[in-house]
Amino acid sequence: MTTIGKFFRTTAIKLSLIYVAVFAGFAVFLVLYLNTNTSTLLARQLNDTINAEIKGLAEQYAQRGLPGLIALVDRRSRQPGANLYLLLNDDGKVFAGNIARITPALFENIDSSPKEIKYRLLEEGGVVAQHEAVVRIFELRGGFKILVGRDVGERDALQAVVRQTFVIGGILLVILGLISWLFVSSRVLKRIDAVSNTTRSIMSGDLSGRLQVTGSGDEFDRLALGLNTMLGRIEELMHGLKEVSDNIAHDLKTPLTRLRNRVESALAEDGSTEFYRETLTTTIEEADQLIKTFNALLLIARVEAKSNGDVMSEVDLSAIARDVVELYEPVAEETGFDIKITTPEKALIRGNRELVSQAVANLIDNALKYAAVSEAEIDVSVVQAGGGYTLSVADNGPGIDTEARARVLQRFTRLDDSRSQPGSGLGLSLVSAVASLHDAKIDLQDTNPSVKDGMQRGLSISLYFPPCSHVKDKRRELGKADKG
Amino acid sequence: MKILIIEDDQEAAKYLIKALSEAGHVSDHAADGDTGANMALTQDYDVLIVDRMLPKRDGLSIIEELRSRDNQTPALILSALGQVDDRVEGLRAGGDDYLPKPYAFTELLARVEVLARRRKPEDVETIYTVGELELDRLSHTVKRGGQNILLQPREFRLLEYLMKHAGHVVTRTMLLENVWDYHFDPQTNVIDVHMSRLRGKVDKEFSNPLLHTVRGSGYVIRDDNR
Repeated sequence: MTTIGKFFRTTAIKLSLIYVAVFAGFAVFLVLYLNTNTSTLLARQLNDTINAEIKGLAEQYAQRGLPGLIALVDRRSRQPGANLYLLLNDDGKVFAGNIARITPALFENIDSSPKEIKYRLLEEGGVVAQHEAVVRIFELRGGFKILVGRDVGERDALQAVVRQTFVIGGILLVILGLISWLFVSSRVLKRIDAVSNTTRSIMSGDLSGRLQVTGSGDEFDRLALGLNTMLGRIEELMHGLKEVSDNIAHDLKTPLTRLRNRVESALAEDGSTEFYRETLTTTIEEADQLIKTFNALLLIARVEAKSNGDVMSEVDLSAIARDVVELYEPVAEETGFDIKITTPEKALIRGNRELVSQAVANLIDNALKYAAVSEAEIDVSVVQAGGGYTLSVADNGPGIDTEARARVLQRFTRLDDSRSQPGSGLGLSLVSAVASLHDAKIDLQDTNPSVKDGMQRGLSISLYFPPCSHVKDKRRELGKADKG
Repeated sequence: MKILIIEDDQEAAKYLIKALSEAGHVSDHAADGDTGANMALTQDYDVLIVDRMLPKRDGLSIIEELRSRDNQTPALILSALGQVDDRVEGLRAGGDDYLPKPYAFTELLARVEVLARRRKPEDVETIYTVGELELDRLSHTVKRGGQNILLQPREFRLLEYLMKHAGHVVTRTMLLENVWDYHFDPQTNVIDVHMSRLRGKVDKEFSNPLLHTVRGSGYVIRDDNR
């Protein structure tokens, strides 16, 4: 597309054209209205003047007869800027007046209606009629005719001025319209082009690109801010996706290779049925572990993407915690743990039962795996805090060093380097993902901060579920009540 | 039992047919949605195993059509999508059970057998009996040989589910789903410990154990003396 073609296809030009058309139409109306009204007014004034004059002259004639009238007309004719007069008899003989030449046909049909004529003044030379006037002819007793008129040059001059204003104004309007259109469209185009360029660079792979925000707070800024938020979210998701694929490559390929090698070496060996059976059993176990890891990864990715449509509803955090503790209680007892739970009667939060349950299960699972000490304890509690609820799972095991705390929430982090415990290193990542889905704040603390580096330091992981969605719901309810 | 497998993966279908026949079941195979829908509508099967993503026609739409024609053949949906919402979608379409891929064959077999039983008129039994063990669903009491056995509420539901499917293998996942209503897989062997507790209460003082572990699959309650 050429630049000009692009220019003419913009919204700016369409808008400008519409504005110019609307203003031009308005201006035409205004001028026409003014013009008609002033002409009517002027014409009426003219007629009134002429009529008054005729009336005065007729009275003079009645009182003082012809000589008086002639004298009056003569006197009035000589005044500067005077009206037009012409007094003549039936034969066309002029007695007095200031008009040099006039169409004789005018006097043939006498009626009292105003007429427009062309005339020339007596003092002027030349032959051609040069001025225009409105006149009325009046018949007097005795066959005399008197013409009274007034020059309309002033009126015409006024109309000419109006016409000129109209033309100049129109031209100015078009020029100003063009200029403002150029200004607006170039400004708008510039910003839109900037947006297009940024999006193009983002599409070609640079996800860190953001639209420019000028800070003026105009609609472009608001659009840019909205788009930037969206881009941030996309970048976050893409980053998560990349991380997942990296993790899959790293942490699934290793066990797959191990599995493949085991089968390969079993094939090469000429072993007994017993040996093959054992190899196959181990292979299935490894495959199952792989599937579990894979499922966990997918689940984390989906929870983090917040796109899995997991239904959020009002759930009772206390009941969730009690159920999971009940599920784990026999295992805990068997492994030598004392598991305790303290919850309020009811702790309503907005959440997904399945996911929160799984997060609590993972936390208890972790404690069972890594906090095995003599007189081991797991404390599960739900406490009301600031309108929301805090769920904590605390153990009295060896705990985690402060530096390592952020790291354990990432995928595939296993602090236990020997990897003596089974696990994928995904348990806490899922907890963290579930927390973020629920806008819950996750916090890792020492259970017994007074103990330094001892075996009983303990780890306490708490999730603070905020009250906001709760409040929002209530507000919505109140809003409904107001409307209703 | 006569089973229809609607599955486009030839290899997987062949494996299923072979394994099901080893378990004593006859199965037909349809490789696409249209054929599968035709066969399901024209012939009588005990259970349908339907893959969710099929050529020509979606697995869920087949089940929806069957249900709209008042064909209530139990259907097990197989799907690579294993999330909770996909499961809900599958069950809403009229499926009776949902098994995410990849699955263990023992899991599938246990579920198919439970489904086939469901076809019989919904049991209104209020008392389940296995050997001398008796579970009263109304009064929530369990007796064995006239002797009262005290169970926790969850243990009662666990035993109730096992006795409802007496003689059939139920897997750990099935127990988690039906007794605890969890669709995730706890890392540790939580179910095994619950079972051993239940066993301690139900079987300990008796010479004839009713609760059996099926290696690699799950559990079954049955009376070996009969």
